Amino acid sequence: MIETIFDKGKAGRNATSFPSDAATSGTGLGIPAELLRGDQDGLDIPDVPEVEIVRHYVELSRKNYGIDNGIYPLGSCTMKYNPKVHESIASMPGFCQVHPLQALQSAASSQGILRVLHEMASILASLTGMSAFTLQPAAGAHGEFTGLLAVKRAMMQKGLEKEKNKIIVPDTSHGTNPASAAACNFEVIEIESDEYGLVDVEALKKALAPGDVAGIMLTNPNTLGLFEERILEITGLVHEAGGLCYYDGANLNGLCGLCRPGDMGFDVVHVNLHKTFATPHGGGGPGAGPVGAKEGLEEFLPGPRISMEHGEYGIAMPEGDWPGSIKAFHGNIGVILRAYCYVKALGVEGLRKSTRCAVLNANYLKAQLKGTMRVPYEKRCYHEFVGSDEGFPNGVTTDDIAKRMLDLGVHSPTIYFPLVVHGALMIEPTETESRSRLDGLLSVMKRIRAEAENDPATVKKAPVTTPVKRLDQVRAARSPVLTVSALRDMDEKRG
Amino acid sequence: MNIPDSLKYTKTHEWARIEGDVLVMGITDHAQHELTDIVYVDDFPDIGSRVQKGRTVAVIESVKAVAEVFAVVSGELLAINAALEDSPELLNKEPYDAWIAKIKISNLEEIEDLLSPDAYKKELTA
Ligand SMILES: Cc1ncc(COP(=O)(O)O)c(C=O)c1O
Repeated sequence: MIETIFDKGKAGRNATSFPSDAATSGTGLGIPAELLRGDQDGLDIPDVPEVEIVRHYVELSRKNYGIDNGIYPLGSCTMKYNPKVHESIASMPGFCQVHPLQALQSAASSQGILRVLHEMASILASLTGMSAFTLQPAAGAHGEFTGLLAVKRAMMQKGLEKEKNKIIVPDTSHGTNPASAAACNFEVIEIESDEYGLVDVEALKKALAPGDVAGIMLTNPNTLGLFEERILEITGLVHEAGGLCYYDGANLNGLCGLCRPGDMGFDVVHVNLHKTFATPHGGGGPGAGPVGAKEGLEEFLPGPRISMEHGEYGIAMPEGDWPGSIKAFHGNIGVILRAYCYVKALGVEGLRKSTRCAVLNANYLKAQLKGTMRVPYEKRCYHEFVGSDEGFPNGVTTDDIAKRMLDLGVHSPTIYFPLVVHGALMIEPTETESRSRLDGLLSVMKRIRAEAENDPATVKKAPVTTPVKRLDQVRAARSPVLTVSALRDMDEKRG
Repeated sequence: MNIPDSLKYTKTHEWARIEGDVLVMGITDHAQHELTDIVYVDDFPDIGSRVQKGRTVAVIESVKAVAEVFAVVSGELLAINAALEDSPELLNKEPYDAWIAKIKISNLEEIEDLLSPDAYKKELTA
């Protein structure tokens, strides 16, 4: 039975003592009496001594697995280490206790954070080859939505929004790409990849031929970890057909500092700061997905943005009716600040080096996995690669392999994505990991392969060492139990 | 892999049975096997609306992936299998009984494009 912090509370266990008159009059705490809650019961806060609070949350954290525990090769998600110094900087009062609109009253009082935001926008612009950035979007998917709205607006400006209402995505694209396009009321055309796992240029030409395409969404290196070698031809064709090119920056860490999406012909990009720039993914957020655009499209980016005039930073509210704001104030500035720290600490040389190490690590794993797991696309990869469960004996599937990895103390890769690979295992070690950590992961994979041959039952019933054992995935999807009270109801019914 | 002789097939792993001018369609045994446990079937167009060959008539979600089911022919959507809403697992258990959609065929020539059981078998081993 799960014991929540509320279960652990009992009246009188609280270890905090207030001055005797504080609780009744409030004067002891300096709180004016009229601001105190009138009711005697107060808030429903569990009455727990400090030590039990600490134990409770430490216990919960031990049930978790994160990058601070060990290798986390979750492909496309880029689970690199998040330096702790970023946390201390982000908690400095000058950053975390300013009001987002303080500068409208007194510019001088928040120059520090405004400078960070302003500089970060131009750093991102120069790393990606764009001319301006909005820092508002809260994640990659949100950035896609924002960027595609800019594409839509560009078509509207030319009076072409009815005529050009389709977005092309390759069959290796992340699910958010077609979803964002659909959310912006575009029709999605999916094109098949060629035998090398790259955009099939002939299929692209066919898709462009009717002249109704507003743009293409691509990530490069693509989700198989392969560089789109014909990228200039691809973006050229799309431009010729009157479309725009959107760069999904989820894989920017595969080439950051080495080359730029802008130079490949992309017009609009998003950058997942929680991936390439080492900010926490923390329990699903917050993240940040700033969006950049080339000249001519800048005006379609949401605001406010940070201005700089006469040596002073200020806030430029969006003008006109499009697209206004896409999130409150300046976006998730705590995330942007951490990303800024990362860039400043590494410098361009450091960014380049981490990109190279990420690519080296992925290629090392890929080469060493030969004979253990099939890797269908043999070409040299960038920051990640995709293996397959094809050829695993005794009906052992990717699902089983991934769960067994948890038993053996490492996080699993991303599985069953991209769909073009049978039972995909998408492995991205990141530059964070040392050679010995990579070797540790390899020995786990080799052991699972041997178990699949000699003792498949062990693999198929995994995981057995984790706080939660193998789940009934169908029931979890069809009737999810998401709260403690629902869980208790279920237990009760079961008796 | 079960590929009944009495049915027609598509490269995208739908099966079809022709009953006069009505086409009954579903997904093949191979498709359900690849998808693994199916948890939802939804996103059907409205009954009575026109569907176009190759466009989506349903979206299937399994524990592993989300996949689209494509109309095998163009025509009017006559019915969808309501039983799938509560029991999507029928697609796993009895893929050839658990039909998904019935379409009134508007152009009988489109049927010529469907694969024979042998051709579909070849497609799977290719
Ligand atoms: C290739 C790709 N594109 C887009 C996204 C969406 O990004 P976010 O999770 O930040 O919304 C992801 C996330 O994993 C991704 O891998």
